[in-house]
Amino acid sequence: MSGAVERAKLIRGKDGDWEVVIGMEVHAQVLSHAKLFSGASTLFGSEPNTQVSFVDAAMPGMLPVINRFCVEQAIRTGLGLKARINHVSIFDRKNYFYPDLPAGYQISQYKHPIVGEGEVLLDLPGGRTVRVGIERLHLEQDAGKSLHDQHPDLSYVDLNRSGVALMEIVSKPDMRSSDEASAFVKKLRAIVRYLGTCDGNMEEGSLRADVNVSVRRPGAPLGTRCEIKNVNSMRFIAQAVEYEARRQIAVIEDGGTIRQETRLFDPRAGETRSMRSKEEAHDYRYFPDPDLLPLVIEQPWIDTIATSLPELPDDKKARLMQEHGISAYDAGVLVTERELADYYEELARDVDSKSAVNWLNNEILGRLNRAGQSIGECPVSAQVNNTILKLMAEGTISGKIAKDLLDVVWNEGGDPRAIVTERGLTQVTDTSAIEQAIERVIAAHPDKVEEIKHKPKLAGWFVGQVMKETGGKANPQAVNALLKERLELPADG
Amino acid sequence: MDLPASPLEFTLAEARDALRSKAISASELTAGFTKAIAAARPLNAFITETSDRAADMAAQSDRRIASGDARALEGVPLAIKDLFCTKDVRTTAGSRILENFVPPYESTVTENLWNAGAVMLGKTNMDEFAMGSSNENSWFKPVANPWRPRNSNRTMVPGGSSGGSAAAVAAQLCLGATGTDTGGSIRQPAALSGIVGMKPTYGRCSRWGIVAFASSLDQAGPMTRTVRDAAILLGTMAGFDPKDSTSVEKDVPDYERDLENGVAGLRIGVPREYRLEGAPADIDALWSKGVAWMRDQGAEIVDITLPHTKYALPAYYIVAPAEASSNLARYDGVRYGRRAEGVMDITELYERSRAEGFGAEVQRRVLIGTYVLSAGYYDAYYVRAQKVRTMIARDFAQAFQRCDAILTPATPGPAFAVGEKTADPIAMYLNDVFTVTANLAGLPAISVPAGLSADDLPLGLQVIGKAFDEATVLRVGRAIERAAGFVVQPSPWWRLS
Repeated sequence: MSGAVERAKLIRGKDGDWEVVIGMEVHAQVLSHAKLFSGASTLFGSEPNTQVSFVDAAMPGMLPVINRFCVEQAIRTGLGLKARINHVSIFDRKNYFYPDLPAGYQISQYKHPIVGEGEVLLDLPGGRTVRVGIERLHLEQDAGKSLHDQHPDLSYVDLNRSGVALMEIVSKPDMRSSDEASAFVKKLRAIVRYLGTCDGNMEEGSLRADVNVSVRRPGAPLGTRCEIKNVNSMRFIAQAVEYEARRQIAVIEDGGTIRQETRLFDPRAGETRSMRSKEEAHDYRYFPDPDLLPLVIEQPWIDTIATSLPELPDDKKARLMQEHGISAYDAGVLVTERELADYYEELARDVDSKSAVNWLNNEILGRLNRAGQSIGECPVSAQVNNTILKLMAEGTISGKIAKDLLDVVWNEGGDPRAIVTERGLTQVTDTSAIEQAIERVIAAHPDKVEEIKHKPKLAGWFVGQVMKETGGKANPQAVNALLKERLELPADG
Repeated sequence: MDLPASPLEFTLAEARDALRSKAISASELTAGFTKAIAAARPLNAFITETSDRAADMAAQSDRRIASGDARALEGVPLAIKDLFCTKDVRTTAGSRILENFVPPYESTVTENLWNAGAVMLGKTNMDEFAMGSSNENSWFKPVANPWRPRNSNRTMVPGGSSGGSAAAVAAQLCLGATGTDTGGSIRQPAALSGIVGMKPTYGRCSRWGIVAFASSLDQAGPMTRTVRDAAILLGTMAGFDPKDSTSVEKDVPDYERDLENGVAGLRIGVPREYRLEGAPADIDALWSKGVAWMRDQGAEIVDITLPHTKYALPAYYIVAPAEASSNLARYDGVRYGRRAEGVMDITELYERSRAEGFGAEVQRRVLIGTYVLSAGYYDAYYVRAQKVRTMIARDFAQAFQRCDAILTPATPGPAFAVGEKTADPIAMYLNDVFTVTANLAGLPAISVPAGLSADDLPLGLQVIGKAFDEATVLRVGRAIERAAGFVVQPSPWWRLS
């Protein structure tokens, strides 16, 4: 990736340009009812220490037994990342002492992960696509949680999370800007959510990112990296990268050198702070866990899982562009959430794609955004909206009425066709009714009738008045045509 | 049947049959052992005596026997090594750090025994976390070997780590006991205490609920007075357990069935590498006698070679401490077990709880294990030790192409005096020289009492078999037992009046 560097991505320093190089380690909590090795429940938000088995508490003599479903989820994720699934992988112990790590070691995979190299394609503004390599994905246990704010002198430990399955997904250092870094997490999140292997909830910590940042002169060898921990939102990822890149550039430009270290992102200050240097890093004393046999995965199982994969964002985007003729940008937006794309497809059934996209973006998402709701919380189903679009396409209702109709079903529910009939919202195409309305408007505004003779642009005003007169039910095309005829305006089409 | 005068002298097989035929009651038998245990406290074989529970279990067994509902070990009183977690009964692993630990769960092996009707007499003393070869590393004080040298009042060690179980069986305080064997912890104390001890194939008995020492080596097994008793007990202890990922899904055969088939036609391997320079003459003499017994009973004697034997002990003392250093990290004073008082922060809590809770040998092995796994040393120690392990397993695989079982001495010498080897850990480690190989290769092996030393202390012979071929190992063991005619019992110097 070190060849031609796009100028736009470079950061300008005091004496020349710098390139930022970013790699990611994302911890994604496996969507599973049971933990990785103990069978205990994974319910989030339960009372402390209520989801803990003897294995999770590392009681003497307890042994881990792998949860087959978690393995399946890791394989599914690997396939979604177009990665190689390793037929043999090994669980290792990562040894360190901490009160929320009951066994004194975390079961992880070190040298032989379950998933090898893969890739993720990032969709960036302007239709640009960046390929980010995946180095590996491995399975490991989560630790418990230390609670330091419950007592003035004591710390408490909650082991509910202890033993919950995580997938650590490690990227190659293929990203070159904060935008790409957050786009990577966004895309990864979309993929795991499509696959149903992680809920992607960053607030609850189901998806956590550590960001490795280094800087270099364009084309130079990789610089020394710093690992930034605790970056738990897309916005913070971008902020942390920006801050850290500028910090490193400043250090180097002032004649200093970057030390390899772990840094912590402080979201309040918007800066990164040193946590521990390489010298202070733990010696984790990894070795294969003798309680677990090597994990052997037969190809037929992988094949079975592969056939059950859903359509993934990239494929869905390509299909929407091809089948619906919508733009790369529109399709890209639609596929960020599987629910949104599904909603769109239902909405666009047998109606014009462009009007479906506009209706979704302007009317539905507009209303949801104002309410701070997601597509999953939309009170009006895609089918109902599809009916509204069809009523509009048939000419039964006008665009204006359609919006009013959406307001009605949004607040009160109901069947749009029935509402149109009950409330008489059907568009007036009866020319005599429209002609009568035109006559009333002309009679009420003789001055405007004079004015329009040398100011044809006033036609719009007349249309509006007639629409008002008909309660919005008149067909605007019919009104336009009849007005032009009556006022003897040129038929400009 | 020619039964002994006291039911306490019954073998497990005799007692089982006498119980079934209602010649004796479980309650009567259990009360006899409970009394004998109380009278044998100078041996210090038990950490916890569970006489009340034993009486309840025995009463229940009597009811089942009365209603014709007896199970495989109905009413048979056993002692349990204190490494097996027993529900609601204190389980210490011989350590101060678990001095007051009461598990809310039952180990699979003991669960199997209770489900077969066995009665628990108590929890036996042991080297702390099963680390030791003399039972002198127990927080609950050493165990005395029921055997003493001829014309001597010296207290000898019973071997270890299952020293309490060995002493309890040898002193007739139970019909049999459970042990665990990581590098010889069943077979070595069995040899030093004049009883039978068997380590089954790795994966034969579930490790679930057994306090872990070195997970890739630990294996539970029976300790009994006869080979038949070992066969009976193993049949109930063994079996696949889905809660232990290393347990193997294989049928458990009826180990009693082929026991008396003899060794005629079997090929018995004799490995030249087990002849140690400087080993006592009586060890070599006994081994030669054992070879002669096999030949006389119609076995074919095959000279075999196990060329990597000399690397076994060093490899063992890398792999076992490495796993132990990680397995024992959970004893941190945070959730259960001993917690140091008056500490200021978490580091001090760890350091003081573990310094107070662990004895010297455990600390030594945790340090060795931590060292060999450290960055920069891992490849030189741990990885090489694992390679040695592979080579040792290959040695055995090649040898077993030429023979059906292997005959060796069980230990390099008889029981030694309390305190004799405590100052020299390496001398102590050498006790395992003949036994660790079977652990490293995961193979089944038995120690059978076969004679006496020059001092009249018991000596054992070891039979090592193919993986999951416990039946042949027991059959050869039985042939040794028959030929040796080992019937001597220690004189009960320990008995309180």
